[in-house]
Amino acid sequence: MSADLRAARRRLLLDSTGIAASAVGFALVFGLAARNADYSLVEASAMSVIGFAGAAQFAAVGYVAQGLPWLPIVVLTFFLNARHLLYSASLAPRMRHVPLVHRAAMAHVLTDEAFALAATHFHRIGRVDVPGYWIAAVIGVFIPWNVATVAGYLLGGAIPDPAVLGLDIVFPAAMAGLAVGLMTGRREVVAAAAGAAIGVAASLLFGLSVGIVVGGLVGPLVAIAMPATLAHPGEAPAPRHGNELHPQSPLPLGDVRLDEAIDEAEADAHPKENLAPIAPAPLRTLDVERALQADEDSRTEEHE
Amino acid sequence: MSTDLVLLAVLMGAVTYPSRALPMLAPGIERLPARALLYLRLVGPAVLASIAASQTLVATDPGGGQQVVLGPQVLGVGVCMLIVWWRRNLFLGLLAGVVVVALLRVAGVG
Repeated sequence: MSADLRAARRRLLLDSTGIAASAVGFALVFGLAARNADYSLVEASAMSVIGFAGAAQFAAVGYVAQGLPWLPIVVLTFFLNARHLLYSASLAPRMRHVPLVHRAAMAHVLTDEAFALAATHFHRIGRVDVPGYWIAAVIGVFIPWNVATVAGYLLGGAIPDPAVLGLDIVFPAAMAGLAVGLMTGRREVVAAAAGAAIGVAASLLFGLSVGIVVGGLVGPLVAIAMPATLAHPGEAPAPRHGNELHPQSPLPLGDVRLDEAIDEAEADAHPKENLAPIAPAPLRTLDVERALQADEDSRTEEHE
Repeated sequence: MSTDLVLLAVLMGAVTYPSRALPMLAPGIERLPARALLYLRLVGPAVLASIAASQTLVATDPGGGQQVVLGPQVLGVGVCMLIVWWRRNLFLGLLAGVVVVALLRVAGVG
């Protein structure tokens, strides 16, 4: 393991500590709420281990206490957690070399916090780090959430309100701080700013769950639509035909700056360490002759 | 000890898991068009900022509607962002944010 990776994991662990504090604060309250709603300890723990869906768990506690049927609770859970599709889709291109079974297990512990920590960590080191993902998702969130659920249930009324200690801002502050870590270019900044503005507006209109998803979906579109001159000010205008600079590219984008951004995205999906150098193929005489003939044909066509 | 709600937990997990797993398990997602890959790369900052801004600025009023709130949490989150941007240290940022909010609340603000 390289020194850089070790340093990145140390930093991830430190970041996870802050996230864990937030998870502990809210899971303590969840444990207490579950106890007040007449859950047994096994039921409260099952919610945290199997469901592992913070906001939906709190909603379920309220609905179960009111005697609501299970179907609306399950449907609500689906919609509350639909935003995980975004997280999973965002991580997926980088994960293609991770074995399927690992990915299936990793998916169960994918939460807001795990995504934020893992995405920032991957971005920092420029590739996927499976142990890093487990640090973020399990050490940072899953274990603290589940231990604190049990503690909250057992400690009962001795639990202080997280808001009194200022812990209620840890979650949004952590999300904001981790977003700052991902803002490495103007497009990322625009995506974040647009996501925030649109998320707030949509939350006011449709509620938080919908607003967050709308912000996450539309923010990147605004960033992609941003003119290349705004994305890279002070640089020479891009040639109109990107293929002139990227003859190997089959994409007739006509915007070399967007090309570069896309190249970066593709590089994310195809980490460098997986790109084995291509051995030069032994050319046979026939291949050379065909190539020369094709070249001559194309020159003839140009003259004509 | 009752275990009736364990089944509800399983059902909740069953409807949550697909949204977490499907894109990650889908074959060939890395072969999406390049613009789609760029879009997915930008989802991270957009959705995290959306969560942070919505959770900080929007609150549910007693009537069930949403309203904008400008309390100590806005300053706390702002302080955290500044420190993360300046020092590249999330833990320090969170600590400072929590302290700011706790002090403001002790002082009766918010």
